[in-house]
Amino acid sequence: MTPLLSVRDLVKRFPVGRRGWFARDPRHVTAVDGVSFDVERGGALGLVGESGSGKSTTARMLVGLIEATSGSIRLDGDELVGLSRSGWLPHRRRVQMIFQDPYASLDPRQTVMSILTEPMTIHALGKPRERLVRALGLLEAVGLSARHARRYPHEFSGGQRQRVGIARALALEPELLVCDEPVSALDVSIQAQIVNLFKDLQERFGLAYVFIAHDLAVVRSLCDRVAVLYLGRVVEEAPRDVLFAAPAHPYTRALLSAVPVADPAVERRRERIVLAGDPPSPASPPSGCSFHPRCPVRASVPDDRCARERPHPLPVAAANDARAACHLVETSTVRAT
Amino acid sequence: MSTQHTSTQHTKTDRGTGGSTSSPVLDVVDLRVRFETDRGVVRAVEGVTFELHAGETVGLVGESGSGKSVTNLALLGLLPRPPAVVEAARAALLGRDLLRLSPRELRAVRGREIALIFQDPMTALNPFLTIGRQLGEVLETHENATRDAARSRARSALADVGIPDPDRIVDAYPHEMSGGMRQRAMIAMALLCKPKVLIADEPTTALDVTVQAQILELLRDVQRRHGTGIVLVTHSLGVVAGTCDRVLVMYAGRVVETASTARLFESPLHPYTRGLMASVPSLTGDPRARLASIPGTPPDPAAPLPGCAFAPRCSVAIERCGRDVPALDRIVLRGDEGQRAAACFVAGAELAGGSANGTTTGAKNARQDVDFGATGAAP
Repeated sequence: MTPLLSVRDLVKRFPVGRRGWFARDPRHVTAVDGVSFDVERGGALGLVGESGSGKSTTARMLVGLIEATSGSIRLDGDELVGLSRSGWLPHRRRVQMIFQDPYASLDPRQTVMSILTEPMTIHALGKPRERLVRALGLLEAVGLSARHARRYPHEFSGGQRQRVGIARALALEPELLVCDEPVSALDVSIQAQIVNLFKDLQERFGLAYVFIAHDLAVVRSLCDRVAVLYLGRVVEEAPRDVLFAAPAHPYTRALLSAVPVADPAVERRRERIVLAGDPPSPASPPSGCSFHPRCPVRASVPDDRCARERPHPLPVAAANDARAACHLVETSTVRAT
Repeated sequence: MSTQHTSTQHTKTDRGTGGSTSSPVLDVVDLRVRFETDRGVVRAVEGVTFELHAGETVGLVGESGSGKSVTNLALLGLLPRPPAVVEAARAALLGRDLLRLSPRELRAVRGREIALIFQDPMTALNPFLTIGRQLGEVLETHENATRDAARSRARSALADVGIPDPDRIVDAYPHEMSGGMRQRAMIAMALLCKPKVLIADEPTTALDVTVQAQILELLRDVQRRHGTGIVLVTHSLGVVAGTCDRVLVMYAGRVVETASTARLFESPLHPYTRGLMASVPSLTGDPRARLASIPGTPPDPAAPLPGCAFAPRCSVAIERCGRDVPALDRIVLRGDEGQRAAACFVAGAELAGGSANGTTTGAKNARQDVDFGATGAAP
């Protein structure tokens, strides 16, 4: 069966700077550099990585907010890259986006009812009366109620506002929700409520997710597959249980070891791989493997190959549907430790 | 630390029984902050008490609006007055009352004896000055250093916090640096005069996890070398577990529980602390399970309800919780070093064996008798 979403070699380059002003300025920044992944119907793929890794740019291409430079995004077999605005319209209701900041993504002058019915009006879904009934149903589905319908966004708390954002995304009965850091602006106790809501909605409507979060524990609790991005490339992609139990790429390992654990006994005992340096800038990517300047195990690869040659994603031994882009994975010594 | 308390007691939190050997570098008793606005009085902090000793890290944990940042801004005299009104029985930094200092005296203290680092270094760094100038100004102000001397000390301060190329960074502007490097520069600036107390308000929240690990390591290293006392404000229980010696859990402007970090995570007493710990997703355990969450939302500080502020969200609230505000009662348990307290009628009564003055109930046993609903601290 074709996957719901199939992304291949997706690239986004942004032009930068005014040419001639700064001689060393490159003419383009490659934010996303050949990303590929699939999302099954009802599945959830987590995209993790640090600032500048290209997660948000990827998300925005998936919903057509920005245009891909090259590559392919197929939704149910239909190619989305290269479509005109009007060509996108019939697909847009099938893929909806949820943003990090519920404060910024809702119009402060619209009531909740008007926020929820507007997308249905634009896409000519149902009669006006049916839209109202459906909007009330959506409020209930996200844990709000009819009494919230006449209120404005500023009358809600952060968690409730995110619920309104989710209800709006659901208004068009999408098959795929692209969520960009949807819980990172919320307080811990509220964050758990929203993660649970995402789980419920997935079960109830058979939704698929592309879920971006820098909090790996949140990703682990919601996603069945995880792709790790570094500087615009997928360095590892694997089923959740494989990735968290036996990360293959040295960057994934460092990332997991850096996550603070809410248990002082564990924190005292654990050995942390503290990476040197900052995530590199996409404006001046390192040669070869873009992780090599920070990589703690690059010395294990002979001939400084990591600085010269870009590793390609290869299947890793632990699972047949996991892959990692690392020269060490090729020689299969990483997993041995 | 005192070991003479071998039985469970239940006394009002009062000073002087803590049993600590050295005098604290920061000693705060009953700090209260309210904002008198046109639309009414907002009580942001209502009675915060804590001690910070040299070389110790105390964590202030809580959600937005719990008063953790306001507590620190009030101590540093950084809240605009009016509308803020700051009161305390004591707010002593190295024995001097911070709330009685003149603005001029306060300026002399800030940066030299107590320093602050923020979540966003761009709010603390001046975009128009090079890093070297900004660090140099601190030394010229507080230590009458000459420009040249200040610059060379700024350079070595940058090297001290692990900035790889201090000769270049000393002449760089903040926008030319990465977020992690800016955070390091801000830490370097805060540490220039070797303050006894460092207040770190969400110092790693805006950073990537690998950089967060570096910055936390840096703070631990600084503390080891200089014996700095650190007040760490954070919403992340993971950060607390890895860095703090003691923790104050705040909710709606009050401290609802305080304990050593080990004890707090091992056996949280207050239902809010328990709920908070249970709602943090972990990297172990069954990922398919639903997360425990605390229902409802934090209260509006402008419209406080009577009784315990957590009662409307609490799964074990009794009738009294909606009426009276529970005091932060000290609960002395075996091995707890006499430093543990919770503001809860239910947890307090259960631990004391059902009566407010009861004794000798093992904490573990008592805890198992209490049904706190879907909690159970994260393993």
